[in-house]
Amino acid sequence: MRLTTRVSLYALALALMSGSGAQAQQKAEVLHWWTSAGESAAVKVFADQFTKAGGTWVDNAIAGGANARAAAINRMVGGNPPTMSQFNTGKQFDELVSNDLVRDVEALARTGKWRDVMPKSIVEATVRNGKFYAVPVNIHGQNWLFYNTKLLADAGVEPPKTFPELIAAGDKLKAKGVIPLALGGQPTWEHNLFRAVLVGHGGADLFRKIYGGRDQATAKSAKFKEVADVFGKLRALVDPASPGRNWNDAANLVITNKAAMHFNGDWAKGEFVAAGQSPGKEYGCTLVGEGGGKLVIGGDVFVFPATKDKAQLAVQDKLVEVLLDPTTQLEFNKKKGSIPVRLDVDVASMDVCAQKSAAVLKDPANQVEAMELLSPPSFSGAMQDAVTQYWNNPGMSVDAFVEKVVAAMRDAA
Amino acid sequence: MSSATLEVPPAAAAAPPPGRRRPRTRLPAALALLPTALVVLVVYVGCMVWTVRLSFTSSSLLPRSDWVGFAQYWRLFNNDRFLTSAENILIFGVLFVAGCLILGFLLAVFIDQDVRGEGVFRTLFLYPYAMSFVVTGIAWQWFLNPGLGLQKLVRDMGFSSFTFDWLVNQQMAIYTIVIAGIWHGAGLTMAILLAGLRGVDADLWKAARIDGVPPWRYYLSVVLPLLRPMVVTAVVLLATGVVKLYDLVVAMTLGGPGIATEVPAKFVMDHLFERNNIALGTAAATIMLIAVISVLAPWVYAKYVRPQGRQA
Repeated sequence: MRLTTRVSLYALALALMSGSGAQAQQKAEVLHWWTSAGESAAVKVFADQFTKAGGTWVDNAIAGGANARAAAINRMVGGNPPTMSQFNTGKQFDELVSNDLVRDVEALARTGKWRDVMPKSIVEATVRNGKFYAVPVNIHGQNWLFYNTKLLADAGVEPPKTFPELIAAGDKLKAKGVIPLALGGQPTWEHNLFRAVLVGHGGADLFRKIYGGRDQATAKSAKFKEVADVFGKLRALVDPASPGRNWNDAANLVITNKAAMHFNGDWAKGEFVAAGQSPGKEYGCTLVGEGGGKLVIGGDVFVFPATKDKAQLAVQDKLVEVLLDPTTQLEFNKKKGSIPVRLDVDVASMDVCAQKSAAVLKDPANQVEAMELLSPPSFSGAMQDAVTQYWNNPGMSVDAFVEKVVAAMRDAA
Repeated sequence: MSSATLEVPPAAAAAPPPGRRRPRTRLPAALALLPTALVVLVVYVGCMVWTVRLSFTSSSLLPRSDWVGFAQYWRLFNNDRFLTSAENILIFGVLFVAGCLILGFLLAVFIDQDVRGEGVFRTLFLYPYAMSFVVTGIAWQWFLNPGLGLQKLVRDMGFSSFTFDWLVNQQMAIYTIVIAGIWHGAGLTMAILLAGLRGVDADLWKAARIDGVPPWRYYLSVVLPLLRPMVVTAVVLLATGVVKLYDLVVAMTLGGPGIATEVPAKFVMDHLFERNNIALGTAAATIMLIAVISVLAPWVYAKYVRPQGRQA
């Protein structure tokens, strides 16, 4: 008897709570993986703005992108999704769209004129069947070369503009006793370096044909082999203790004057900022490649799990509004190290590197879609295995590497 | 209602009326075991069946229920990384189990010599086991890193040609995992074997001494056979550690340099969660299951099936 009374009381309380919650306050549970200091400061901008707009932000941060995405997908499939959930711009949520697990936000996109203010490649990466299925919130450039201005000046070299120049500069830097190129020796970062070489030395078309088209003939072409050869030559610029190193430790080598150059995405700026350095002074950022260099862009999006609950739909609409508000965009991206996804936001108050990003992206010819936008994770992963084997086996021939790339393409098809 | 059913089994089990027929006392026991049995059946066996089924589909991010035959297995056995993983787990398995047993036995024998401060040593040797594989991995990563750890230390002491770069060396990296694993697991093996040693009759030692048997011979030919059940326990515990080897590798090398220290469990995890390739991941998991069963089956047969058959 007592038990039943208690249970019914709980049930009543629960019903009251959820009932009043839906009416009185707009509660949004947000699942994301922004857990580092800079990242959580950035996501707090969203949370504060949403609170200001009258909502209640329930933060659900899960460390590690893969973990967070797995949790989100499990909850969506299980029918208890968060209000919105983070993904990377690109193909990660393709199957969620085809299984009707996420909601399209096309109506909001039309009123907000998203297609006019966002870069074409980001729009294409978010639109499925002519409809927006996610809200992009930022643009990350993935192939920046960060360099230590003092070490380059000491060795008498200019920031390299092409990869042959970079390799030549490597010898001079080595003579000075510094590590020419700092690399986080984990498969992800070796693969990131490879893509920087592919787009810089091989060009945007080659990059798209390899990652987007997965064209086996292109992989066997002379140009691709040349790229592989240049990539292989970079091994000589990296110190032997690189394997297993974290990317932030690699960036730290540049900060502490031990290494001269480091390829990374613009998120690495956070490390320099934390060390009290500012762009253009202690360190610089540049794009390496033929014809001024192209910027490989990706970023983050939020998807909105499908729901029939009218109140939740209204909350989701409000979230979208907050995410893309120009002021929020500016403040969020300053903290995040990326640049606003809206190219109509004035970036004059951002740092030099961010301004450079925005300027480069003004010309659509400079925008190259990141791997995440072009290829499904299964192929990206298989490529990563091929690249890390090639990088770590100096004895492996270019042809053997091409063979592995072709195999990865065949398997992914 | 629920409290009523819950009260029956303890009452019946606590005071089984003497002389009654067995089936009546068995019913409550069966009831009490039912939830566990259901969990095992649905969660463990069910998931295994589900995993095997998925390995015959083309599932990527979400499970699909089509049928592609053995296509995923064909891919798997043409995948460099999986083949390297399989080879690595063999190397690790053999060296890790053997290393832990030998080192653990020696430590146990050492402690069994009535050394002073036995408690201190016991704690010291068992301590690594109290650490998670992640902590172990990171500590050994730092220690073996040529730019930070042992190599730098020895070089700073003046031996500038000293080289110990196994961690970043493709051929040797897997052995650093073995070293860290043994460091972690030897203490547990020691504790198990020490418990066994304490159970060995002291008179045996006296008898052996009268016969003039040297100590090493005594331990090898008399004590070790007596410790057989303890050794089996240790091997089973260590073997489960081999199969699930994942966190140590992730913390220490992330599978690198290149793919030199990849292991099957990491292959499965990466393909399930990072690469949206459920089908290939479950295929690899199925192969792991088959491998474990084929190792266990002869042992289970010898241990449980055959003796029973003989008795009957």
